[in-house]
Amino acid sequence: MSNDIFVWVEQFKGQPAAASWEAIGAARRLADERGGSVTACVFGGEGVAALAQDAISYGADTVLLAEDATLADFRVEPQAALLAKAVREAGPAVVLIGATFRGRELGPALAVELNTGCIADCTALEFEDGQLVATRPIYAGKLLSKCVIPERRPQIFTTRVRAFPKPEPDPARSGEVTRVEPVMAEGDIPSTVTGFLATEGGVSLADAGIIVSGGRGVGGPEGFEPVRELAQVLGGALGASRAAVDAGWIPYEHQVGQTGKTVSPDLYIAAGISGAIQHQAGMRTSQVIVAINKDPEAPIFKLAHYGIVGDLFKVVPALTAAFKEKLG
Amino acid sequence: MHIVVCTKHTPDSEAKMSVDEAGNVSWGESPLIINPWDEYSVEEALLLRDKHGGTVTVISMGPQEAQEALKHAVAMGCDEAVRIWDESCAGSDTLATSYVLAKAVEKMGDVDLILCGKSAIDAETWQTGSAVARRMGYPALMYVIKIAELDPDGRTITVERLLEEGRQVMSASLPAVVGTTKGINEPRYTSFIGIRKAAKMEYPLWALEDVGAEAGKVGAAGSGVRWPQVFAPPAREGEAEIIEAETVEESARLLVEKLLAEKVI
Repeated sequence: MSNDIFVWVEQFKGQPAAASWEAIGAARRLADERGGSVTACVFGGEGVAALAQDAISYGADTVLLAEDATLADFRVEPQAALLAKAVREAGPAVVLIGATFRGRELGPALAVELNTGCIADCTALEFEDGQLVATRPIYAGKLLSKCVIPERRPQIFTTRVRAFPKPEPDPARSGEVTRVEPVMAEGDIPSTVTGFLATEGGVSLADAGIIVSGGRGVGGPEGFEPVRELAQVLGGALGASRAAVDAGWIPYEHQVGQTGKTVSPDLYIAAGISGAIQHQAGMRTSQVIVAINKDPEAPIFKLAHYGIVGDLFKVVPALTAAFKEKLG
Repeated sequence: MHIVVCTKHTPDSEAKMSVDEAGNVSWGESPLIINPWDEYSVEEALLLRDKHGGTVTVISMGPQEAQEALKHAVAMGCDEAVRIWDESCAGSDTLATSYVLAKAVEKMGDVDLILCGKSAIDAETWQTGSAVARRMGYPALMYVIKIAELDPDGRTITVERLLEEGRQVMSASLPAVVGTTKGINEPRYTSFIGIRKAAKMEYPLWALEDVGAEAGKVGAAGSGVRWPQVFAPPAREGEAEIIEAETVEESARLLVEKLLAEKVI
């Protein structure tokens, strides 16, 4: 039986998703352990060919490349159809997909197409007695589950964003790039993309290495200003608790927690957030957590690595100033 | 318009989850509720019905407890509710669940729109909506934060849906599957009259044979995924280091030094 692994490479307007390189890194490690090759599937619009060499640099042995207008804007149907065809032809044992919005939509569609299982949002992938075992959080990370796909092939896994390290690219690596054609014509695709409204003010929460979040303690929309400034100085993303979003102080796109986004940055700074269990569920796997809160009994201090008890409107600007001084 | 909403029951989001040595998951005294993400789908279905006319049917594949989710949806205003279950459905992953749900929708025959929550707060696979769309061969519109236009006569729908970089605007033909997300609406509270109606309502139970589902395609036999082990995550070691200096500025400087030493910046 083949040990080969396929990885779907996601891109937006030709920009690759870091989650895909993380998935290639995970695939490379598994392939090195058990033998087998790693094939990157780069399916996009014109110009996406530039990503083929990147995929190889990050660890792919070969690339399947489709460059076609029908694949430019993400739609699940043409991507799933082409990926399914490629899988049927090559018979890989495993397909890895980054668990982004697009990846979480593609994984189950591919699973139905191929009549196999898809394990979502894996945070670890290890061989145990020859069986690939995925670990994934359930109940917002309150519990963990080990999952397997014992009988069906391929085994599809989506990898949680930032749960697997992004490999160092090696530009000296080389590999074969094979061009493939889309299987769905535009007329057969049941949806059209008619526009895109970009999120203002840039850094996406899911990809951010640093996140600074505000909660009930910011008191109102203006209260986010110092929080936003600290995020900007650190080149990080702006987050918020459910309380702040529900109060209408900041759009939902910024919400971190069980009913918002699950994030796992290197540094998470929570300002004026008490740390309700729903919020913790969305950020508990952050590498270093800093809490700033007036209430020394706030639950966030149980989870944080560092804390400052005090008024966020004094502490946050002082932090911004101190970072500016240190970082130049 | 006939709109179907897929739902499931979950432990309350406040529930303290635990697992015993045999691997049985427990949520203590917490109630079973409608999956909170599904409330947005129910609300959106009711808004669309009120605007365009028609009926809303809420469905769930699940044991007796799943009726709690159906009851809540009816109390919010759904017209019909159907539960689908058979002993052999136990152990279904999303591959099998989507098969059963799709079979139930096929049986209804006249469905224009299927709504699902973006995920369920228990297993959090985010998969069922997309899988149902694939099963039905309907366009998949996931993570929808706004239905910009729905034209039942022209048979088209236009939505804005969330992706990492912003909102993608998509149009598709009906029937379609829409996965909703928070921000699309503000789900209503159940009314006294609604709760009374839900309490009196008959909840038909469809078995596998009623929806024409093959036994080999449901439950563990019809699933790709097994989950042999559930366990509690290791507790984080140690306490937060509280930084306390003479002045706020000094505390801030100390913290910055520690963070730089952690090499996370």
